[in-house]
Amino acid sequence: MSTQKAPSIAVRGVGKSYSGVTVLHDIDLDIAPGEVHGLVGENGAGKSTLLKILGGAIKADAGTLSFDGEQVSIGSPRDAIGHGISLISQEGALVPALSVLDNVFLARWSHRGGLVSARADRKRLTGLLETTGFSVDPDVRVDTLPIGVQQQVEILRALARGARVIAMDEPTAVLAEHEKENLLALIRRLAASGTTIILVSHFLEEVLSVADRITVLRDGALIRTGPAAETSPRALVGHMVGREIDVLYPDPRPVPDGSPVVLAARGLRRGLVDGVDLEVRSGEILGIAGLVGSGRTETLRLLFGADRPTAGVVEVDGVALTSNTPRAAMAAGVAMVPESRKEQGLVMQRSVAENVALSSLSGRRSGPFVKRPAEKTAVGEISKSVDIRAANPESPIETLSGGNQQKALFAKWLLRDPKVLLIDEPTRGVDVAAKTQIHHLITGLAADGMAVVCVSSEIEELLALSHRVLVLRHGRPVGEYPRGTTPEVVVAAAFGDHSQGETS
Amino acid sequence: MSVDTTPQAPATPSPAAANNMSRLAFRMRDYGIVAALVIIVIALSLSTDTFLTSGNLVNLLDQTAVLGLLATGATICIISGVFDLTASATLALSAIVGVQVGRVTDVYVGFAAAVLAGALLGFITGTVVVRSGVNSFVGTLATSLVYRGLAVMVTGGAIVYPLTQYAESFGVLTWPSLFGLTSATIMFVVVVAVLAVIVSRTTFGRRLYAVGGNAEAARLSGIRVGSIHVTAFMISGVCSALAGLILASRAGSAQSTMATGMELTAIAAAVVGGTSILGGEGAVWRAIVGALLLTLIGNGFNLLGWDTIYQQVLQGLLILFAVTMDRWLRKRTR
Ligand SMILES: Nc1ncnc2c1ncn2[C@@H]1O[C@H](COP(=O)(O)OP(=O)(O)OP(=O)(O)O)[C@@H](O)[C@H]1O
Ligand SMILES: [Mg+2]
Repeated sequence: MSTQKAPSIAVRGVGKSYSGVTVLHDIDLDIAPGEVHGLVGENGAGKSTLLKILGGAIKADAGTLSFDGEQVSIGSPRDAIGHGISLISQEGALVPALSVLDNVFLARWSHRGGLVSARADRKRLTGLLETTGFSVDPDVRVDTLPIGVQQQVEILRALARGARVIAMDEPTAVLAEHEKENLLALIRRLAASGTTIILVSHFLEEVLSVADRITVLRDGALIRTGPAAETSPRALVGHMVGREIDVLYPDPRPVPDGSPVVLAARGLRRGLVDGVDLEVRSGEILGIAGLVGSGRTETLRLLFGADRPTAGVVEVDGVALTSNTPRAAMAAGVAMVPESRKEQGLVMQRSVAENVALSSLSGRRSGPFVKRPAEKTAVGEISKSVDIRAANPESPIETLSGGNQQKALFAKWLLRDPKVLLIDEPTRGVDVAAKTQIHHLITGLAADGMAVVCVSSEIEELLALSHRVLVLRHGRPVGEYPRGTTPEVVVAAAFGDHSQGETS
Repeated sequence: MSVDTTPQAPATPSPAAANNMSRLAFRMRDYGIVAALVIIVIALSLSTDTFLTSGNLVNLLDQTAVLGLLATGATICIISGVFDLTASATLALSAIVGVQVGRVTDVYVGFAAAVLAGALLGFITGTVVVRSGVNSFVGTLATSLVYRGLAVMVTGGAIVYPLTQYAESFGVLTWPSLFGLTSATIMFVVVVAVLAVIVSRTTFGRRLYAVGGNAEAARLSGIRVGSIHVTAFMISGVCSALAGLILASRAGSAQSTMATGMELTAIAAAVVGGTSILGGEGAVWRAIVGALLLTLIGNGFNLLGWDTIYQQVLQGLLILFAVTMDRWLRKRTR
């Protein structure tokens, strides 16, 4: 796909520290042309930092980079693009208000006599769509697209820039199952045509299936690089955490008989959502499955009052919410961990502690004042129980690694001690070990009587966690499956194929 | 290529040491603008005999009071993610209300009326911005025209004075008071200290930052974004009214053209102090540092007796110096 061959990359002695805290230390790494190189490690291990250094987003404090034996200096994303490296970052880097076409050719529009030539760009885009097998409307604004498609736009942009090395930071974290498959297939095709791919992911099976070699980082140090064929998920996890651990999903405790219904919704409607009824009992974990666009997230938002339903009621403990606002839902004991931590969850420039404390401020005040010692204790305890690893709770939350931000978001809502917990993608971007921790936490909360509603695009996770899975299609419930149902059945129902499934 | 190297522990400093270092770096980053201020103060003290005299310092603080109050209001609005361009119009209108009410009642009742008027005007500005959903820059620009227009209508374009028997007590804010400082300075210091505590220590303060940093995340955390904004505008309105009273008290009168354009100087002071115009960051003390810097630069000129021809050029350069130093210190710790 690219005209030039990918270079062989040699990273030597690369290090980075932030205000005295070492986050990458003496990294030596070789990446061959056309290789798919997996990069794994716990949250905060330094994976994104390493990619950002390669992509010119930040500068290393020490070490060198060479391409084909020639030392290069990458001081900015522009330099990196010049050397054929494109970074697809964890957070996404599209211009929301611009069209797909403009984003793909951002700052590199075709021009004729100083004027941007949309016609030429359109033709180039058609070519790119053919090679990638994506189908995107070139003229829609990217902020109206689902996250999976936005990512395709970023990949198109990398290719449009003639990237010979594409570094992807957790690209599959935001994707649905079948989209993941498509992306992995694309990665294989790109590699076959000579593009080097560096792939960061917490899905070890996925990395094992697509990568030629895998590097493990731990606490900023390179622990091991080796062929993917010679390792296993278990061995990788061992290297990641530094000891042997069992990664087992806990079973939720059965819901006690006669456990009361805590959350009920009847006839919820708005936009995509077209008449959702559901009931969740105390101690129960209800999973909601469905394809992108099936109304899963929207349903959760309606339950929380984040959007106002055009019809229907939400009841907590048999009492209808007084108004459809987050405040009313919160007052009734409902909490929601939203889908996107950057847009809806966190105030990035504020500290970890402030973010975690934000939704429960009124619980720790004397008069108008924040009770700071109480806050410190509460935040400290909850951070420990979800295992947030931050050098300093007073540092801005944007300096935390993606997975640790997710844990902080979780902690923020747990601090309210809710009766009903709505969770959209509970473990997005969280490492394997922390993921089991979060699962233990959720099942533990349910065992203590919390009612939990969970949306996840990871079917396996949803089935492991839930007592019951509700499948939505086109905004309507199309089936409900008990624990022990196979993923195939649920996926088939989500696609609208009922021959395998049993509607209860 | 090393396949299967044994893990080497990274040479991380001990957690405690690392923590201390990061705290220190944090402080440096936070106080770069203060360092710039100190440098200018030292330079002025060394190059003139008059700078460090108590007379000049009293004068300097008195001069800072008006801009300091306005910059504080601007900072609080900016932290919450809005701009208040009505500040100087609110200042004029509240001062006029103060004088007019004082004419029919008593000077102090007039002062109270001015403060109430400031709060009310802030409430109206906030409600207009929140309800209309218009960008605050445009919304407050339009509202400020209305307020100025009202000021002209109320006064008929003339200067308004307190009754002659009240003229002396109307000047109360210019009188010397505690520690030889003017009453205006004392009022300024007290009000700003209270606001600093409110912003940094209360749940309202926390919400203010959250709303400015990410309004949607704040809303989904159960915060009433609209009422936080309205409150920010009301605080700004009260600050404007107090600044208006100081100016009126000094001049012994009020008029519709008072402090025209000063809302922009106030925003400049806020930003020079290091408050990010993007919202969600900043502090009241920064407004004061910014206002002091701007006032100091003007003050230095008079003391040095330099030709005023160079004043603007040098003022600009000094502001650039201060903010560059601030940025540079912040960047080094990123
Ligand atoms: N700007 C910053 N200032 C201070 N510390 C930072 C900054 N950026 C990253 N860090 C720290 O560097 C470490 C490595 O972060 P990085 O984002 O590379 O982790 P990661 O391996 O990508 O983790 P995740 O899987 O959670 O995304 C973390 O401890 C993080 O807190
Ligand atoms: Mg990362």
